Amino acid sequence: MKKSVFFGALTVAALTAGVASAATLDDVKARGSLNCGVSTGVVGFASPDANGVWEGFDIGICRAVAAAIFGDSDAVEFVPTTGQTRFTALASGEIDMLARNTTWTFSRDTDLKFEFVGVNYYDGQGFLVPKDLGVSSAKDLDGATVCIQTGTTTELNLSDFFRINNISYEPVPIETNAEGRQQYIAGACDVYTTDASGLAATRSTFESPDDHVLLPEIISKEPLGPLVRHGDSEWGDVVRWTLNALVSAEELGVTSANLAELSAAPTNNPEVNRLLGTEGELGAMIGLDANWAVNAIGAGGNYGELFEKNIGESTPIGLARGLNAMWTEGGLIYSPPFR
Amino acid sequence: MSTLTDPPKPAFRLSQLIYDTRYRSITIQFVALVLMVLGIGWLVNNTVQNLEDLGKDFNFGFLGSPAGYDINQQLVDYNSQMSHGRAAFVGILNTLLVAFLGCVTATVIGVTAGVLRLSKNWVVSRLMAVYVEGFRNVPLLIWIILVFAIMIESMPEPKKFRGADPAASMIFSDHVAVTNRGIWIPRIGFTNSLSGNEAVASVEGLPAVASGGADWALIGVVLLISIVAIGFVRARSTRMQQATGYRPTTWYLQLGILVIPFAIVGLFLGMTVVTPYLKGFNFTEGIHLRNSLIALWLALSLYTGAFIAEIVRAGIMAVSEGQSEAASALGMRPKRTMNLVILPQAMRVIVPPLISQYLNLAKNSSLAIAVGYMDVRATLGGITISQTGRELEGMLLLGAFYLLLSLIISSVMNYFNNRTQLRER
Ligand SMILES: N[C@@H](CCC(=O)N[C@@H](CS)C(=O)NCC(=O)O)C(=O)O
Repeated sequence: MKKSVFFGALTVAALTAGVASAATLDDVKARGSLNCGVSTGVVGFASPDANGVWEGFDIGICRAVAAAIFGDSDAVEFVPTTGQTRFTALASGEIDMLARNTTWTFSRDTDLKFEFVGVNYYDGQGFLVPKDLGVSSAKDLDGATVCIQTGTTTELNLSDFFRINNISYEPVPIETNAEGRQQYIAGACDVYTTDASGLAATRSTFESPDDHVLLPEIISKEPLGPLVRHGDSEWGDVVRWTLNALVSAEELGVTSANLAELSAAPTNNPEVNRLLGTEGELGAMIGLDANWAVNAIGAGGNYGELFEKNIGESTPIGLARGLNAMWTEGGLIYSPPFR
Repeated sequence: MSTLTDPPKPAFRLSQLIYDTRYRSITIQFVALVLMVLGIGWLVNNTVQNLEDLGKDFNFGFLGSPAGYDINQQLVDYNSQMSHGRAAFVGILNTLLVAFLGCVTATVIGVTAGVLRLSKNWVVSRLMAVYVEGFRNVPLLIWIILVFAIMIESMPEPKKFRGADPAASMIFSDHVAVTNRGIWIPRIGFTNSLSGNEAVASVEGLPAVASGGADWALIGVVLLISIVAIGFVRARSTRMQQATGYRPTTWYLQLGILVIPFAIVGLFLGMTVVTPYLKGFNFTEGIHLRNSLIALWLALSLYTGAFIAEIVRAGIMAVSEGQSEAASALGMRPKRTMNLVILPQAMRVIVPPLISQYLNLAKNSSLAIAVGYMDVRATLGGITISQTGRELEGMLLLGAFYLLLSLIISSVMNYFNNRTQLRER
């Protein structure tokens, strides 16, 4: 008797535990907002502005997903994460998706059980040094003190680079970009290394950015993209196709300027129509409204607009499109077709 | 056969489980047990279920795979090709190092401040009160960050030491360099090292003590023998004192036994002081005390020292005034009164709360996270977890480590405590 009561109670416990893992899209809809993991602050990618409103290139992805689901680009909670906390936050369900300069790697995709839904920035690891250090190549850095964020791919690449070139360094481990910036400016480290985009963004916040240079070596491939947990492919589809919608919008010439006009009635380009929901049932196929992509694009513009507005050449960060140009213009940004 | 019949046993009623004190405690214990088992069952079940949902397994195999990351402060040989287990071990040693250094300095600071706070000198006792209240009442984390910020922001960069007319210079007649990357102090080297003169630190910045393990062992053995010999000399003096009433003067003998063999071994090994010097981007040679270690060590010592000072003060005040009056009536000088009468009795009051201060210090060392000190939280519980995604396994190991450390500290201290307690004969 006692035994059966015990096991009965255990079963109840098991059932309540099971409830926590329903479909993510339903959870998000029920909650009324999206929990999006972002960085603790990298200007241009994710940082709060003077009024505390988050903005940036990665933030743009979060807002687009929120807009696709709710039609409201503000229906999102931004959860700042560090290099060390981001994966735990995602695996534990504290956040629904992560958009934080995160590199797509084999082990993260497989062993850590995450699903990268695409690449929103093709990057590589660089080195930032003060001009007066008198160093022109990363190979001259023997014995240098290097600031490095822990829990990142950059930390692993750095170790490999120095070992392969048979030179030594003194790592100064840091948690966040802000800490790295502070130690680098104070001269507590000679070099700051992370993704080249992050370095450009950090340098743009210096008092005199021109006193610092990026060394010519780019020592790794860092395809950065949003990711979700394994095991909920439907949710992965929502995030993946929101990103693809932004990319396709640029390719098809859909911008925030002509969005209203193009989505009002079917145009004579069927792919634009399918994307914008004036033809076909694509929205319903991923459990969203027909105008999901219209909302996503409306949140911050298409991929190219997000890029230009946040990190492009007209901003202080001044990144060229380079590898991140449309495939039609010699870059790698490419979306599978909407059909 | 007795004619008296037993009073009829009242039938057991269910309500007795609650209203009858004989049964109530059993009921309560049973309910608590069931709740606890259910609670644990629920937690375990939840974990298993969630791991399954994530498609993760529970396994410690990651400890054997290459770590891939570098660690700046290493007390044992380590490179990024070694395993996560080794990296965890390096972290454990760093935790132990700062905990040990912290406990020693906190005790020294605490005992000094506690005794001085009872001083008759108004200025001294007020100063100590300011120290105690200042450190006890501001969170430890803030002290750690403050020391760290001071080191980084107001100390000179290594390159400022360069040139014909440098902006900064080394102190203690060019032996110690205080920079914003930490402090370099001289180390002891052996020109005739038993480990061979090539055995310099394999990684720059590795405390070179590791390179001369055999030398240090030899020195240690010699010192140990000297100390044992000194013990014999003292025991002999005590015997003579008990027999004759006079204690022979032996301090020069004791000093000789300590110093002369040590000096001979030192000469034999070619013991020298190696001073740090500027090379490339940084200082090299000597021992590098990194900012993170300094900040953590100093803040932990000063903070815990303030609590220990109060414990010591309370312990001394707990020894009744009559004791010191009796001692001075016997003609004892104040210093001897303190050492022979007051402190031994005060120890009984001091040691138990001291144990918990040591435990606090050891666990507070995990605030290393604020300054990037590479303790076990940072290696096993930080980088390893985020590179391998083994949160559960890593955190369990980390918890087990701190549990073990605390148990060891408290059992050592309890042993010490038992020895200081009043023994009734
Ligand atoms: N792409 C690398 C490094 C990512 C990373 O940590 N980047 C830095 C600099 S761009 C960052 O985002 N920091 C944000 C923060 O400090 O919160 C990875 O995924 O491991």
